[in-house]
This record gives sequence, C-alpha cells and structure tokens, in this order.
Amino acid sequence: MAAATTVRGGARTGAPRRVPRPVRPQWRTRAEIAFFITPALVLFALFVVVPVIQAARYSVFAWNGLGPLENFVGFENYTRALGDPVFISAISHNLTIVVLSILIQLPLGLLIALLLNRDLWGRTAMRVIIFIPYVLAEVVAGVVWAMLLQPRGPVNAILEAVGLGEATQLWLADPGIVMVTVMVVLTWKYLGLAIILFLAGLQGVPEDLYEAAQLDGASWWQVQRKITVPLLGPTIRTWGFLSMIGSLQLFDMVWILTGGGPADSSITMAIYMIQQGTERSLYGYASAVAVILFGISFVLAVLYQVFVLRRDTRDAVPDKPRRRR
Amino acid sequence: MSRKFRTVAAVTGAAAVALAGCSGDAEGADGGGGGGGGDVQLTWWHNSNNEPGRGYYEQVAADFEADNPGVTISIEALEHEDMLTRLDAAFQTGDQPDIFMERGGGELADHVEAGLVMDITDAASETIETLGPSIAAGQVEDQVYALPFSLGVVGFWYNTSLFEEAGISDPPETMDDLYAAVDSLKDAGIEPISVGAGDLWPAAHYWYYFVIRECSQETLDQAATEMDLSDECFTRAGEDLEELIAAEPFNEGFLATPSQSGPTSASGLLATGQVAMELAGHWEPGVMQGLTDDGEGLGEDTGWFPFPAVDGAEGDQEAQMGGGDAWACSADAPPECVDFIEYLLSDEVQQGFAENDMGLPTNPAANDSVSDPALAELLQVRDSAPYVQLYLDTQFGENVGGAMNDEIGRLFAGQSDPQAIVDATQAAADREN
Repeated sequence: MAAATTVRGGARTGAPRRVPRPVRPQWRTRAEIAFFITPALVLFALFVVVPVIQAARYSVFAWNGLGPLENFVGFENYTRALGDPVFISAISHNLTIVVLSILIQLPLGLLIALLLNRDLWGRTAMRVIIFIPYVLAEVVAGVVWAMLLQPRGPVNAILEAVGLGEATQLWLADPGIVMVTVMVVLTWKYLGLAIILFLAGLQGVPEDLYEAAQLDGASWWQVQRKITVPLLGPTIRTWGFLSMIGSLQLFDMVWILTGGGPADSSITMAIYMIQQGTERSLYGYASAVAVILFGISFVLAVLYQVFVLRRDTRDAVPDKPRRRR
Repeated sequence: MSRKFRTVAAVTGAAAVALAGCSGDAEGADGGGGGGGGDVQLTWWHNSNNEPGRGYYEQVAADFEADNPGVTISIEALEHEDMLTRLDAAFQTGDQPDIFMERGGGELADHVEAGLVMDITDAASETIETLGPSIAAGQVEDQVYALPFSLGVVGFWYNTSLFEEAGISDPPETMDDLYAAVDSLKDAGIEPISVGAGDLWPAAHYWYYFVIRECSQETLDQAATEMDLSDECFTRAGEDLEELIAAEPFNEGFLATPSQSGPTSASGLLATGQVAMELAGHWEPGVMQGLTDDGEGLGEDTGWFPFPAVDGAEGDQEAQMGGGDAWACSADAPPECVDFIEYLLSDEVQQGFAENDMGLPTNPAANDSVSDPALAELLQVRDSAPYVQLYLDTQFGENVGGAMNDEIGRLFAGQSDPQAIVDATQAAADREN
C-alpha cells in the first residue's frame, strides 16, 4: 500500500507538464471494449435489428406465414394499408391519444406534483396512492376497468346512486363514447408516471433560488411560474417523449378494454397489426403495417429530438466549454 | 369448445410461441421414418386437458400401443387456446406433431397447400365410408386430409323457465315466432337474447344462418369453391339480419359483450338467468357450467331449438350450420399414424368419447351413447338435416372470414349495410387470388 501511494504521489509531482501515456497499448483497450460490448450487440442485433429487417422483407410479399416467400407484391401491401380507412382511423386514434395525453396529463400532473412537493399531511401516502395505477399490471388494470364499465356495472350504479342517472353510458359498447372512456382510463393509468417524474425533477431545483425569490417578495404562484416550471423543463420534455412513444405503440390496455371495437371505433395501429397478422394470417401485410408504425414512430421521435430535446442534449455535456459570443 | 379462442390466445401468444419453439425441436418431426417392424414414435396434441377426457385419451393411446407392439404415443394435452397458438407456430416452422387437430375449411386448405397434412383418402377409406357426410369437414377438393371426430351444430340455447314466465309455450319455429317470443319476453321484463358481438363471430353466426336460409346449397357450394358471392341471396341475408337487429332483441351493450369469458359474457348472461336465449354451438352447456358457482349452468332449465325458418326464403329451412374437430396426420408422419386416427374413429373409441360428454360423435355407432338430453336432441337435428354447412368464416379461411366478420360487426353497430358485407367479403377473396 505504502509503495503504491508513493508511486502515485511521485507521478503527480514528478511529471507536472505531461500526462503519462496510457500503459496499455491501444489494441488492448479496443479488445476490452469489444469484449464487453459484443454480448449486448449480439443480443440487440438478434432480437431487434434482424426482426426489423425481416419485417421489411416480409412486407413486400403476400404471405400467410406458411411455406416459402414466393409471391412478391412490391409496395402493394403499403398502398393497401394506407388506403384502408380502418388503418387510417387507427393512425388518427393514435395521434389523438398522443396529443390528448400531453394536453391532459401535463397540466394535471404538474399541478399535482407541485402540490405534493409542499409540506402537507399524508404526503407520502398520497404519493403512493397516485403512483399505484402505474405500477399495476396493464392487463389486471384493464380487466378491472372492463368490469367496472359494464352496462350494469359499478360505474353506472354509482352514477345512478348519486342522482346522475342521466349520465350513465354504455362506456365500452357505444362507438361514440368509447374513445373518451379509453382516454380516461389511460390518464388514470399513466398520470402517476408524469407525477413521479415531475416530483423527481422538482428535487433538482436548488433551494437557494426559492430563498432568493422569497427575499425578493415573490408569491408562491410567481415562484412556481418563473422558477420551478422553467427549471423543470428538461424533465417535462423527457416525459413528453416517453408519453408520445407510448401513445404511438399503445396496445395492451385498449386490447383488454375493447379489443379495438366496437366496429373499430377504438382501434390503434398495433391492434390493427395484430388483427391482420396473427388473427388473419396476413403476415406479409401485417409486416408492412409494422414498418409503417415503425416509420411513424421514428420520424416523430427524430422530430422531437431535433426540435424539443435539442437543448437538453446540448446541456447534457455541461463541462464542454462554450464559445463566447 | 371448438370456438373458445381468440382474445386470450393473442395475449398469451408470445409466451406460447416461445414455449412451442423450445419443445418443437425436441419432439417435432421425429416419428421414426416408416418401414414396418421397427420402433415407431408418434406425437399427439389434443385439447382434452381436463378429466374425464384427459384420462380417457391416455387409456385409448395405451390400448393402441398394446395392440400395436413397437408403437409408442407421446401425448400432450393442451388447453384449447394454447394448443391453437402452438400449432400455428409449429406449422410455420414445419415442426407440427404427427397427430393434430384440424377444423376444416380454408385453414385446412392452407395447410394442405403448404404440404403439411397427409392425404389419407386411400389409407383410411373404410373409416371415411363409416363417417358418411360428416367427412366433408375433413375434405379439400374431394381428397380427405382429416377425420372429423366431433361435429356440432349451432342453435338457440334457452332458459325454459324464463320462456314459461313470459308465456311462451313452444320454442319458435319461424322468424315470426321468434319476433313474437322477443316481444313476449320484453313485455315480461326479460332481456331476450344475448350475443357476444365483442368477439364478432357469435354475431356473424346470425348472418351465416340467414345466408343458409336464403341461399340454395348449390349457391353456397359455389361460393365456397369459386369465392363468388354475386347471388342476391347474400344481400337478402343481410336484410334479414338488419330486420332482426332493428327489433332490438339483444342484451344491453352487446357490441362490447365477450362470448364466453366471465359472468357478463353472452354465455354468462344466459347461465345466470339474465337473458332468455343465446345462439351458440354444442359447447354451450359446458361453457355455462364453468360460469356458474354450482357448476350446473342452467341445469334442468336448459333447452335447445334450431335456428328458425325464414318465411319465403329460397334456401333450405332445415339445413344446419356448425363445425367440427378432426384428426389429421402430419405429411411426414409414419403410416402407423393413419392406423391410430382410424382407431380414434372406431365404434369403441367414439362410444367412450360420447359417454364422457367430450363432444358430438361422428361415427353413427356412437349416437346412442350421448346421454345429455339437450345434446341428444341436437344430434338428432344434425343427423336429420339435409346438410350441415361449415361456419362460413372457417369455410372461407381466416383472411376472408375475418374481413366478413368485421363487416358483420359493423352492421350490428349500425355502421354498415347488407351490400357492404358482400362487398367486403368479395374484396378480401379477390385479393387472395
């Protein structure tokens, strides 16, 4: 131990101007990197890259999953998908969910997070309660909601009991209502994630800023508006990204609640894909749908990165010296 | 329980596919390549995973092994949906077991076209003769690929005491009778009919039956072989269905009602006395038993009547619609496989099959062994019917059938019309060719 300390100390004082060259040759470093990274890369290639390429290949064939790929149809599957009103309505449902999720959950989540960030009685218990829906398994939550929303189920019974008999609905069976029902359940399910992320972000806002603001006589509302929310920006933008991707790929909750029905009035892109692929054995066509879904998610993700997250990714390397203007 | 599938299957799909992938290699295409005398290993997947069926099939296999030295049969008794998912995966990789279940129609035709199923027309000719017209469920273009062992028909299961309560003395024989019964039930404050339109196919069964009532057998056969739905009878069937939907006989919120899962499903509503009737197959008593606490289903109140006649329609008013399960051999299975599935259709095995209430036997020698009175009546209707039409979605195959069921579902939701059903089905069929 003592010897090692001496050596280290010596190195520090002995060669003040030059950093000692790395002991290991470069090939060794590279071999090490390769050694550690290869297993992950192989798994990634095997279970992500290869299936994506396979899907792209299947998508230009008419194929029922049995036998060899023979019937090459070019881009016919794509034109058919984009010309199918059911798929178009699935896309519009997904985009509606993307927009509504952010419009509803952002203000609501922010408000609740700000409230829960204050010192109030039972704060921990309330945090737990609000986060429970997010922790529950999707299928379990879906089955419970489906039972609650039956025509003679508890939701309608409660409405009637409190004198709102007029407001009872066929929550899952009315094509005109079902998307509203789905949005409510989704909000209930995912609001917890927004709140927990915002709460985590709030912990990163320096205490002294609040103290300074208080000294300047700022009201609670002013403090939130001018300090908390702007400093919460990176968290909000990251949450927005997660929410968007989740909404685009939405499947399980809707599948359990409605299966995309009635009459396709709550169908999403992923449900359409499953219905065409596994249920109708149109594997070529469903692959084209998968590629389109991938394309839409990819384009939106890149746009979001470029226009919304850019500032955050730049700030993520804070030590890099910036050029003075 | 032939049609108890779809929703759950997809959810558990991924896991099941993974399982099938693992086990497939170990026991798939192994059956010891032909040649008499040597040891032969046969793999058999079936869906009788509960007693008494499970034990019965073990006994059947043991008996066959005793009579055929050198043959061993390894059985996998799977839950129905699980079996379908695993079979799908096995067919895609060519790892199907030697003996498996087929359900006829377009699905069987797809498997035949992909060269997965053995042609047993000559090898099993004696059994084929015994089965008579039932064999149609195992045929593709006059060749036989599977031996149907259970063939059920769809009709109305009803609650006899609710009918009494509403003052209905005789079960409906014509659609007018049915409309009258619906009115009487409504007057008595009883919801007349439950339908699992959330799963689409239970709703689609109504259209199929109206098609059978409106179209001649010849037109139907032509539709199936040439995929030609231009005859006007198909549109008339949609109009009949529109008329029925307009009479509002169905349970509240039927568009989202599942067929068989849980007490608020169509079968659950019938089993718990909340509706008076439901259009369903021979599996219904078994499903209802599983949905009631006492395991009795409707018990003594269980009644059955065939789909009513449509006044003035040109089709056969006595024809029935149904479907069955059939045993098939993998194309690469050893010849002993055919011996075994013939044995499964023998008088002796089919009688035991019927005695254990495992389905409706296709071998006439087993007819007397069906003890349940409702099922016995159903069997009589099946055997006296001029013909039994296979479920149209099974007949047309998953793709065309799926497009057809979707559009029928839209008609139930008031978002389609009779012509659109024909058009959507025809369009899906045209794309296949």
